[in-house]
Amino acid sequence: MVEMIQATRLHPLQAGSVSVALADNATRVSLRARSDAIPALSKALGLNLPVKPKSTVANGSRTAMWIGPDEWLIIDGADSSLVADLAKGQVLHSAVDISHRNVGIIVSGKGADRVVNGGCPQDLSLKAFPVGAASRTVFGKIEIVLLRTSENSFRIECWRSFSTYAYGFLQESARDAAV
Amino acid sequence: MSTSIHSGSNRIAGAGRLTPAKTVRFTFDGQNLTGLEGDTLASALLANGIHLVGRSFKYHRPRGILSAGSEEPNALVDIERDKSRKQPNVRATVQEIYDGLKVKSQNRWPSLTFDVGAVNDVFSPMLPAGFYYKTFMWPKFAWKTIYEPKIRAAAGLGVVPGEPDTDRYTNRFAHCDVLIVGAGAAGLAAALSAASTGAKVILCDEQPEAGGALRYESDVTIDGVSGHEWAAATVAKLRAMDNVTVLSRTTAFGYYAQNFVGLVERISDHLSNPGSDMPRERLWQVRAKKVILATGAIERHMVFANNDRPGVMLASAARMFLNQYGVAIGRKVGVYTSNDSAYAAAIDLKRAGVDVPVIVDTRDDPSSAVVNEARSLGIEVLTGHAVYSAGGKRRVSSMSIQPNRGGNERKVAIDALIMSGGWTPSVHLFSQSRGKVAWDAENERFLPGTYAQDCVSVGACNGTDGLQATLDEAFAVGGGNAKSISATGGTDWVGGMIGSAPGAGADTTVKAFVDFQNDVTAKDVRLAVREGMHSIEHVKRFTTNGMATDQGKTSNLHGLAIAAEALNRPIPAVGLTTFRAPFTPVTFGAIVNHARHDLFDPTRCTPMHAWHAAHGAAFEDVGQWKRAWYYPQAGEDMHAAVNRECVAVRNQAGIFDASTLGKIEVVGPDAAKFLELLYTNPWEKLGVGRCRYGIMLREDGFIYDDGVVGRLAEDRFHVTTTTGGAPRVMHHMEDYLQTEFPHLNVWLTSTTEQWAVIAVQGPKAREIIAPLVEGIDMSNEAMPHMSVREGKICGVPTRLFRMSFTGEAGYEINVPADYGQAVWEAVYASGRPLGLTPYGTEAMHILRAEKGYIIVGQDTDGTVTPQDAGLTWAIGKNKTDYVGIRGLLRRDLVADGRKQLVGLKTVDPKIVLEEGAQIVANPNQPVPMTMIGHVTSSYWSENCGRSIAMALVIDGTKRLGETLYVPMPNGVIEVEVTGTVFFDEKGERLNG
Repeated sequence: MVEMIQATRLHPLQAGSVSVALADNATRVSLRARSDAIPALSKALGLNLPVKPKSTVANGSRTAMWIGPDEWLIIDGADSSLVADLAKGQVLHSAVDISHRNVGIIVSGKGADRVVNGGCPQDLSLKAFPVGAASRTVFGKIEIVLLRTSENSFRIECWRSFSTYAYGFLQESARDAAV
Repeated sequence: MSTSIHSGSNRIAGAGRLTPAKTVRFTFDGQNLTGLEGDTLASALLANGIHLVGRSFKYHRPRGILSAGSEEPNALVDIERDKSRKQPNVRATVQEIYDGLKVKSQNRWPSLTFDVGAVNDVFSPMLPAGFYYKTFMWPKFAWKTIYEPKIRAAAGLGVVPGEPDTDRYTNRFAHCDVLIVGAGAAGLAAALSAASTGAKVILCDEQPEAGGALRYESDVTIDGVSGHEWAAATVAKLRAMDNVTVLSRTTAFGYYAQNFVGLVERISDHLSNPGSDMPRERLWQVRAKKVILATGAIERHMVFANNDRPGVMLASAARMFLNQYGVAIGRKVGVYTSNDSAYAAAIDLKRAGVDVPVIVDTRDDPSSAVVNEARSLGIEVLTGHAVYSAGGKRRVSSMSIQPNRGGNERKVAIDALIMSGGWTPSVHLFSQSRGKVAWDAENERFLPGTYAQDCVSVGACNGTDGLQATLDEAFAVGGGNAKSISATGGTDWVGGMIGSAPGAGADTTVKAFVDFQNDVTAKDVRLAVREGMHSIEHVKRFTTNGMATDQGKTSNLHGLAIAAEALNRPIPAVGLTTFRAPFTPVTFGAIVNHARHDLFDPTRCTPMHAWHAAHGAAFEDVGQWKRAWYYPQAGEDMHAAVNRECVAVRNQAGIFDASTLGKIEVVGPDAAKFLELLYTNPWEKLGVGRCRYGIMLREDGFIYDDGVVGRLAEDRFHVTTTTGGAPRVMHHMEDYLQTEFPHLNVWLTSTTEQWAVIAVQGPKAREIIAPLVEGIDMSNEAMPHMSVREGKICGVPTRLFRMSFTGEAGYEINVPADYGQAVWEAVYASGRPLGLTPYGTEAMHILRAEKGYIIVGQDTDGTVTPQDAGLTWAIGKNKTDYVGIRGLLRRDLVADGRKQLVGLKTVDPKIVLEEGAQIVANPNQPVPMTMIGHVTSSYWSENCGRSIAMALVIDGTKRLGETLYVPMPNGVIEVEVTGTVFFDEKGERLNG
């Protein structure tokens, strides 16, 4: 039998070593609650809601990002039962489905931090913004939530109508980071 | 033929560090020239014997090259890559040459050697400082229309490019522990030291190559190698370290609050064929824990008559041209100095085989070491002497020398003259950081005094003299433990003089230049003082000294000293002006960087945007949103299309994209209580599944926003806001929630973009939608006007609102945004056979105006109360508190004489009033008439068969039936005051 050569995919949006690509469809919930509700909600979610600024906690496909003292952005796979799971917590909270409000963009490859720093003023050194760090911040003229998924990969969440801007800016920035 | 001839006849074999074989061809005013790779334009021109490179700003005097650095005031040229990539006022001392570089001189016509504008030099006695202010005062109007445009055309330097810039510019934010500005001996030593601690270091330098003065100092040894070699090795070492970023060709131009420093990195200005991905410049916005300024010192010129002649230059520049570029600036070079440093240049030139006939030193008793060394090389040294004047016009040809205290004049033939008035520490960035300088009286210089930020200066910019002391200081500041560096040689940055040398005289005709770029002479500064300018701030503005693009890098101290002398006051009492960003000019491109074209500002499109575009919609910009404005069909103009759309909605049905409306989900057991406090309306008793139109006020009682609110559950409301108001309403609500009502258990989430909103309005709306909807009883009884249901449409979840902004029975279908287009297409397909017509924002505006529905921001302007707008019914009569309740009771808000919203019908129904037009009661009054109101909304209503308008009119509701007048340029329009509802006054169609 002839040994087959395995072809690999080449993403059309390669710019230098960094790629800028749309994230898969996801379920997203904006969760608001006071601190006394955190244990029950954590149990309902199956992960410990982060309480430290700029931090996240993930369990499987589910990631909870600390956005503010009483606010989390929770992202899960497209078929997730996030809202229903939260309701099981039986404690005072607000869960609003924002799955379609946001668009996720994945920036990955060596130099991804430079690409994001083309428009985001945060210190993205691993010391200041380690893997798993997340924060609501700005990118160019828009607001984003930035999540570092590995040393060289970030997830950017922005509102739907700002996604063309974010995507275009990131591509421009990826061109620059490659220079 | 030797290779040196290729790159200019003044290139000295064996001198400099450029490679003779690497030639570069460029043009100057059309003349083909050759230089070497690594040349600046200045060094390449000088290599070719060209000193005359431009004409001065005011007098059009021939000008050459003064310096070898970014402080250059004279040698400004125009660089052109192609028609769209032109850059005026480029300093020839900064621009590196590349193959194909095209350079043009500036501020001359018809040519550089023969310039008509040079008559200004002849008439200069009539053009003293302040001339413009005194001469062009009357008539007043002429300043703007005649004088200023003419003066600006005659003055000015380069020509602004006429086409949009096609270069790319980018941006990078960066953070570091230590930012070091300047990669001379001090900066390099500080960087080595800081980097050795593991700190994250950014080192930037405006030159292509590190070293600063080490690049021309021929007598320096550091750690056993030449200064230049040490600099190159040190940079290589730093570049190899992970924690260090070295940025060459990068100017720190602005020092802002909290150690935020702006840098511009020039990436492709020196390249012949930059790649398409290569930006021209990159803006670095750096936040540093600590800033180390190692910005060095700038040599001053000597102030004497005709010191601006081409060929007269700073001694350090001549040395740089020789030792870095291998270029002799002349064959017979005179020297005029007031300190030791020019001797080094003279000695280097002499040793390179250049004739140096004489060193003229103003000092009676200079240090014997340098004098002896010069004399031992056969250079004549005249101490206690001054150069009274430079001869020649387009190139210096002689120097006139006299003893300081007068005596016989001697004229020496030369073809270049180098000078040194001493060194000015470069405290620009320190001053920008809000640091306060201190006067060093002994050495006549301003030094960093009080620091305002976490910043430290090292080396020459800190007044540290001597190379070893500089390296020691920089090493200590860097914080490293490594052994220090031993050095010999180098420049002493002390000595010299400030103010006018003996040759500048008190004479009123001699032109001894203080500020080359703005053509300010010593006599101008004295004149300013005589005219009563006693503060340096006034002197500066009167003479424009230091106000050119070079910010007086060479002229400030001279100007100050001359003013101080004329005032007979000590220099610190006259003051030094504050330095401001940018240190050197920065392109707009770098500042704007990515924010051009599509990225200038986000363009927000709705989920159904592609459908609108495919169906020929014209779009309207509403904030950042693109909204479908109207859908013209073949042969239709806007008017025809809008009329058709309006009629279709009333007769069949229309489909409208309302996705841009702001949406806020208000969730929590206290949600109703919170809305009670934010809106004038009552909410507690609103049933689940019902909607209500709400009015939101500011504290002052004026309308802030409006919108329909639906109750989805006891503890969950779906609030809508105006499109433009969405962000500020969210902030307004959040602000009150956090500061005034933190006890309430309620949270707000913006859901504007979660939902696509498809409005289907008109008598056939239900018939069109019903077949697509599952799980909702849409009958009139089950789902009356102003109700909301959750169910499914086209298989996806929907929040279906029965509501209307047209006066017709209608629905607003909310679906998760990504489904918007599919649902829209399904609704359109279902409705098409029934006459469903897409309509845009223009038809929407007209349809709502036919019903007298207001648009906040159009019919209100921030000074309109609910009563003024005829919305008293929307105020909960029994409510005891809500934002604005006390404001509404203000005496002036309940008094008579307020503008109230009314309808207007033109007596001639064909006339459509202009929005914004003023309304008067008596059109026969003389102008200015008493204006009693203005038109807020006005349209042609095809459904009414006439024009309709709304207006805010003083005591409007008492004027119903009155005739008022709208005076316009073409005549007065007669109007009748009416109610605001023009169509279906009883509102029966809503329930159809």
